[in-house]
Amino acid sequence: MSSNSATLWLRPFLARPVALAGLGVLLATVLAAIFAPWLSPYDPYAIDPLIRLTPPNVTHWFGTDQFGRDTLSRTIHSARMALLIGSGVVVFALATGVPAGVLSALFPRLGHLLMRMVDVLMAFPTLLLALGLIVILSPSVATVILAIGIGYMTTTTRIVYGLTLRLRAETYVEASRSMGAGAAWLISRHILPNLVSPLLVQASFVFAFAQLGAASLDFLGLGAPPDIPSWGNMLAESRTFITRAPWLLFFPGMMIVATAFSLNLVGDALRDRLDPRLRQVFGEKG
Amino acid sequence: MWSYAFKRAGTTAVTLLAASIIIFAFIHIVPGDPIYVLLGDTATPDQIDALRHQLGLDQPIILQYLTWAGHVLEGDLGRSIFFQAPVLSVIADGAETSTLLATMTMIWVAVIGVPIGMIAAVRHGTWLDQGLSGAAMLMASIPTFWVGLYLILIFAAWLGWFPSSGYPSIFEGGVVNLRYLVLPSLALAAPNAALILRLTRASMLDVSREDYVRTARAKGIRPWQVVRRHIWRNALLAVVSAFGFTFAALLSEAVVTETVFALPGIGRLVVQSILRRDYPVIQGVILVIVVVYLLINLIVDLSYRLLDPRVELQ
Repeated sequence: MSSNSATLWLRPFLARPVALAGLGVLLATVLAAIFAPWLSPYDPYAIDPLIRLTPPNVTHWFGTDQFGRDTLSRTIHSARMALLIGSGVVVFALATGVPAGVLSALFPRLGHLLMRMVDVLMAFPTLLLALGLIVILSPSVATVILAIGIGYMTTTTRIVYGLTLRLRAETYVEASRSMGAGAAWLISRHILPNLVSPLLVQASFVFAFAQLGAASLDFLGLGAPPDIPSWGNMLAESRTFITRAPWLLFFPGMMIVATAFSLNLVGDALRDRLDPRLRQVFGEKG
Repeated sequence: MWSYAFKRAGTTAVTLLAASIIIFAFIHIVPGDPIYVLLGDTATPDQIDALRHQLGLDQPIILQYLTWAGHVLEGDLGRSIFFQAPVLSVIADGAETSTLLATMTMIWVAVIGVPIGMIAAVRHGTWLDQGLSGAAMLMASIPTFWVGLYLILIFAAWLGWFPSSGYPSIFEGGVVNLRYLVLPSLALAAPNAALILRLTRASMLDVSREDYVRTARAKGIRPWQVVRRHIWRNALLAVVSAFGFTFAALLSEAVVTETVFALPGIGRLVVQSILRRDYPVIQGVILVIVVVYLLINLIVDLSYRLLDPRVELQ
């Protein structure tokens, strides 16, 4: 990436300190996930019954849980699961939604069929769809990604479909077609490049909602396997200790809020600055 | 209008038909023989043969679907393995809690979301607007169960103002039992109020860019009057229709909240049925929620066009 395009992508954030802070939080989360073993002061799995439920102190900054495990170390390690599920859901939603949306817009017959199928899937509320899939598939991280992702596959398909229809009607696309350009050329030269900005916005919102969805599933005991540290699992395990140890639920919950909020801020800034026309697509104005 | 209404109802019927096939398929895709699924692990071979014959599982799959759909239309959603009772009556038991919870949540959403959204729109671009919009985005980023747990800690455990869990029917204990639903409805309302706030603000800003608003301002009508008579009324329409969608979505969103507060509603029923492998109940709840969801969407869509003649009838 040249320095010119780098400043172009950074511009929406420089104008908004809050969005820049959000970007900082996300960067810190990514770094925490990558360097978790070196950043954590203790082994996140190490049990020590002698120090059960100690409040935050100098040796254990976030305190310890009901098994005497270090909450700070577990909170840091949980960033890995958050990133894995978030990026998994985004990749799944884009990998299915983009081809489905683009092809539907370019080939009306196929589009008619696919968009009816999207309508049917959208009759199922997202969380209900996720629960139904979890019953059918065996519990695993991949199941969670698929269960959450399928709800955003439909919204992504619809957004891409709408955008591609609009692009198809642009004069330059029509000109290209009249000069004999095939579908592959139109998609690669005119449609996909124009989809990059809106999809980046969509990706940050999907990532944010995936965080909340995954946390809900973990909390219900239907998400990531309970032996893997995740913010949702930490909340689920400690919920009965809330009156005795309120801090146990504070830190993992704050991390969910911080990442989801940051992603929403970043998505908002990108939407408003990269392409003002996008406001119509994502239903927000002003 | 009528031709549109028929067309729209037809689309809903087709969607429902397709959704019902998916829901029917659900119990056949679930791991294991549907007979074991329906009878549980303790069934004897005699019982298995009897049920296989009774359900006609040896017949072609299309016939099986038609039989199932016929039963559903008669109100027979099958029997719960865990409760040993008709699925419909099990769901009906949870309906009171879920409906009241959703209604109370919508009241909070209306009382919090709409006025604050209006204030943000009227003060568009000021620090107040930015603060309120930012707060709304923050509220939408907080998991409802996390809010719920801290509401329990503060208002039930520490202050003792509200009960922490459960819900005894108002038909047995009177209207005072609604206090059991105050904390859960607040937790559930937070993200939805945030969405309505953003929508109210966006909708009002949309309308305020219309020509007739500019004309009204140019005539010298007081800004306050312009908001009340020209902007507010037209912006309300989009907000009211969003209420319908939000209410429909609440029925499934309540899954987590009902679990946190141990409320005997449909949401907790789903989660417990998943853990109990009570597949007929899961199937029944999904069917009921999808039907309600589609019906509410249909009603909202039709009334939207009825209320605002300018909306194009396709």
